[in-house]
Amino acid sequence: MSLLQVKDLTVVYSAGTPFAHTAVDDISFEIERGDFVGIIGHTGSGKSTLVQTLNGLIKPTKGTVSLDGVDIWAKPKEIRKIRFRVGLVFQYPEYQLFEETVAKDIAFGPTNMGLSEEEVKQRVLSAAKFVGLKDELLEKSPFDLSGGEKRRAAIAGVIAMDPDVLILDEPCAGLDPLGRDVLLAQIYRYHKERGNTVLLVSHSMEDVAEVCDKVMVMNRSKLEMFDTTDAVFSEGERLSTMGLRVPQITSIIDDLIAAGVPLKKGTLTVDKAVEEITEYLRGEGRL
Amino acid sequence: MRDITLGQYFPANSLLHRLDPRVKIVSLIAYIVLIFCAFNFYALALMGATVLAIVIMSRVPLKMYLKSLKVIIIIVLITSVLNLFYGTGEPIAQWWIFKITWAGIHNAIFVCVRIICLILLSSALTFTTSPTDMTDALERLMKPLKIFHVKVHEIAMMMSIALRFVPTLLEETDKIMAAQKARGADMESGNFIARIKALVPVLIPLFVSAFRRAYELAVAMECRCYQGGAGRTRMKQLHMGSRDAWCIVFGVLILAGVVLLDVFFGKV
Repeated sequence: MSLLQVKDLTVVYSAGTPFAHTAVDDISFEIERGDFVGIIGHTGSGKSTLVQTLNGLIKPTKGTVSLDGVDIWAKPKEIRKIRFRVGLVFQYPEYQLFEETVAKDIAFGPTNMGLSEEEVKQRVLSAAKFVGLKDELLEKSPFDLSGGEKRRAAIAGVIAMDPDVLILDEPCAGLDPLGRDVLLAQIYRYHKERGNTVLLVSHSMEDVAEVCDKVMVMNRSKLEMFDTTDAVFSEGERLSTMGLRVPQITSIIDDLIAAGVPLKKGTLTVDKAVEEITEYLRGEGRL
Repeated sequence: MRDITLGQYFPANSLLHRLDPRVKIVSLIAYIVLIFCAFNFYALALMGATVLAIVIMSRVPLKMYLKSLKVIIIIVLITSVLNLFYGTGEPIAQWWIFKITWAGIHNAIFVCVRIICLILLSSALTFTTSPTDMTDALERLMKPLKIFHVKVHEIAMMMSIALRFVPTLLEETDKIMAAQKARGADMESGNFIARIKALVPVLIPLFVSAFRRAYELAVAMECRCYQGGAGRTRMKQLHMGSRDAWCIVFGVLILAGVVLLDVFFGKV
């Protein structure tokens, strides 16, 4: 059975008024345990609303979200337990830091879960390690950290709850290229080592192409495509009608193919492209 | 949180939107005074009808007005109930220490209608007047205070910035609350103390971000060489037109109506 099942999900804001606005329109999909899924879509396509229904912050107007086969709204009073199992990291999560020290802030989630002090401490340390926060930073005030460190501390705050599903909404927004590479690598390592399911909402096709196995494409409140990363990015024209595109490197390779260079279609990352081109040049005897 | 509509501008194309904001502000003050000068039901009915007419003329959806009323409904109820039991005169119903008199009922209705009219009128002003218009008008209206060395421009600027940031900060509060709930913050249950404590994770980030925004705004203003009111000219001058004159005539008519009704029918 799949870990997360979404069936006929519809979310309407201000339902029953002239301001009614359908943010998510009749979406169904299933996510298996251990998947790394990217969610892409134009601004306002319903991505953020969708992920907030997955952890019960927004109650669906229609349809169900099931975790391990159980409807998350079966017991509305216990919705907090769902939020511990489906961890959601909001966009610009550094603005939610509030405690005196970084360690205490990371401990906020696990403490709310009612874990023992020892267990909480353990989780804080391991979460901090996953996001690459140095030990000496843990006793500092979160407001004294740099932007990138704040971001990582906030992400650690959710990882520390050890959720079955980790959802990140634009985790790399506003980071410098190096910070982005490091953060993506850390998220990827977290996914590999713990085998947890990760959902990554992003505007950057490059980010998604680099780490995700599957990609969900949202367009005008509907789920337009949900397939493997290769399959989704092989439909460049369809993506461009939705205001999206394939990763830059993919379109460069496609242009080279069109110009007569025999490379492999659907090359998604720069590393792969380098391999491809070197091989081609070697074959030609030019390298 | 999103239900708070106070201080929100609702763009539309109505007579009220096009009126000179100075006229609107002065009229608002005049009408508010009039509401409290309407001593009998006839005068109150005239004021009520005027307020309704203004609300309808504003072409702002009625729902927006209902939203702004929703916030103060508790205050209306409490004051009405208090007035109901504090009337003097012959009791018409009595139970334990509570007694209801005609005077009490009368007071309760008046207080209730007056507060509702007050809120509807002020909402009509903020819905139909953009924050910039509002500040310009306030600045002009307060100009005479300059002889007392009151920093009129600065006060007007602060007011408009405060109004401008009400929706922004509400949105921010929503976001922070959602983020903390995602980490298992429990804001709906527990006793009073527990609930106050549960607000800390929301309030601290909110204050931090308010200060950050203030700082950024100050820098942005300085970058554009803002240095207060001295020597500042306006791109859009306020002009009074014939519709403003008609609005004033209308106001004077209502004033006369209320006074006449007060005099004719006396205090009920």
